Amino acid sequence: MRRVDPTIEDISKKGRRRDAVFITLMVLPAVILVIWQMYYPVIAGLRLAFTNYNIQNINRVRYVGFKNFIDLFKPGPFNDFYRTMWNSLVFVLGALIPQLIIGFALALMLNRAFRGRSIYQGVAFAPWAVSGFVIGIMWRWMFNGMGGVINDLLVKAGILKEPFGWLSSSSTALFCVIVAMVWYGIPFFTIMITAALQSVPQELYEAAEMDGAGRIAKFKAVTLPHIKSVIILTTLLRVIWIFTGSDTIISMTGGGPAGSTQILTSKIYYQLMDGSYGKASATSIVCTLIMVLYTLFYLKITKFAEDD
Amino acid sequence: MQITKRERSDPKFWVGQVLRFAFLIIHLVVTVFPFYWMLNTSLKGSQAEIYAFPVIYWPENPTFQNYLNIAVKGNFIRFFTNSFTYAGIASLIGVIISVMSAYVLSRMRFKGRNWLLMLFLGTQMLPGVCGFAIKYQMMSKMHLINTVPGILLLYTSGVIPYSVVTLRSFFDGVPASLEEAALIDGCNRPQTMIKISVPLMLPGIASVLIFDFVNTWNDFGTANLFLDSTKKKTIAVALYSLIKSYDIAWGELMAGTIIAILPTMILFSLLRKYMVAGLVNGAVKG
Repeated sequence: MRRVDPTIEDISKKGRRRDAVFITLMVLPAVILVIWQMYYPVIAGLRLAFTNYNIQNINRVRYVGFKNFIDLFKPGPFNDFYRTMWNSLVFVLGALIPQLIIGFALALMLNRAFRGRSIYQGVAFAPWAVSGFVIGIMWRWMFNGMGGVINDLLVKAGILKEPFGWLSSSSTALFCVIVAMVWYGIPFFTIMITAALQSVPQELYEAAEMDGAGRIAKFKAVTLPHIKSVIILTTLLRVIWIFTGSDTIISMTGGGPAGSTQILTSKIYYQLMDGSYGKASATSIVCTLIMVLYTLFYLKITKFAEDD
Repeated sequence: MQITKRERSDPKFWVGQVLRFAFLIIHLVVTVFPFYWMLNTSLKGSQAEIYAFPVIYWPENPTFQNYLNIAVKGNFIRFFTNSFTYAGIASLIGVIISVMSAYVLSRMRFKGRNWLLMLFLGTQMLPGVCGFAIKYQMMSKMHLINTVPGILLLYTSGVIPYSVVTLRSFFDGVPASLEEAALIDGCNRPQTMIKISVPLMLPGIASVLIFDFVNTWNDFGTANLFLDSTKKKTIAVALYSLIKSYDIAWGELMAGTIIAILPTMILFSLLRKYMVAGLVNGAVKG
């Protein structure tokens, strides 16, 4: 390792070697843990995906070729893979778009100071401190068919005649999980976009005002160009977090009823809980491939956003 | 709030203000309502009151019976302590290891530096659940399933990538001139780091530590797979066994849920600025 430190005149060979040792020792623990615990499992999962490894037949593990993948992709009455993929797409987009729009609107409204703004932010950001798992429990109870408060509100508002089992109907359950996810995700965008708005130089607004620009013109000419890259980056990142946010699904619906709320990551989790590690690895590989493709797309867009 | 003269005479401005505050108030109500509803349910004494329809918006005789039941009979005091211990130890060790790497990545120039950064950033794109199958095998070969060292290993390595990336961007914001002066005065690197840099970087380190604690505290998936023994399980896994039962005791469950979110809510209300800074730094500047 060669050190090129322009500020310090230290070019003796001994000093350089000492630095190399120092650098190595400092980064080693983190590097070892990350490779061992994060990269290796994903790569080694390749091998496991071709076995029938199951917690119940641990002594009879053998290679089964592409069987796990064929089982995964083969269309059939009991195959829920395509439905799971469709659910994942609906879940990600359905949760993302409202939280982005509401989070953005909220950030704009909070950008101008008012009395009590700090307290307001404290309360409005609170859902973000709660875990996705607990969010699922909270909303499961509110959507409950018996004693659920959402039914009560809808009946009082005259929208429903009698209580409805939102989470036990396969046509409404996914919608309910998305509602919970939107509620959970708004603070993320508000926090991010608020930070971005604060970085817009105030002089630009003043200059635009001198030119006679109205509120909308100022927004288009000054605000949007400045925060565009932050919005793109956080949106792309948020997609990953929603996609991997299976905790909320597990605690709210358990993927049901009839697989109507199962997404790819929660499916893997249930395969793991069943002990079907071979099958889970095959599904994981599909999931990892999707993530890699998405990441390439992400990097391309990021570069585009930064160049702009 | 400062209102300019031009705005004061503009009726469109006032319409906008009314709409703005209407939106803010509605949003506040929607945000608070689920928390209020948890509290309301947890304070109800009887099943009849909990399942009543039309629902009861405030218990006639608020009682802490559910809290008492879940804490003592439900063993939640123990699970709370478990979660607290695991999250505390893992985030502390994780942050120490991360500070070491982040310091080097921020302050020194060497070959392979960008590759190292990519190594930490890249984990963002690997869903944790995708490696669990092999991890389970690895951990069981080392006899670390259902053990405290096992869960600490998983949690500690879990917090490292985010911490390194965020700490590095914090460190980049702290001027290096003091350290350079110390180096020229003959201090060696380790001395400079511990005596001069780390104290300067303490606010950043604290915010990452809190962030890691909250993230680890909020875990469900890892603990549920790798640690299901009754004595050692975390509060999230305990909640899971409550919702798995056929007849969910919602009053006790909501009391347990409130206990589970208490530490992160307290941390959040006291240290919101630090946590927000941690989130923004990790996501945007990483």
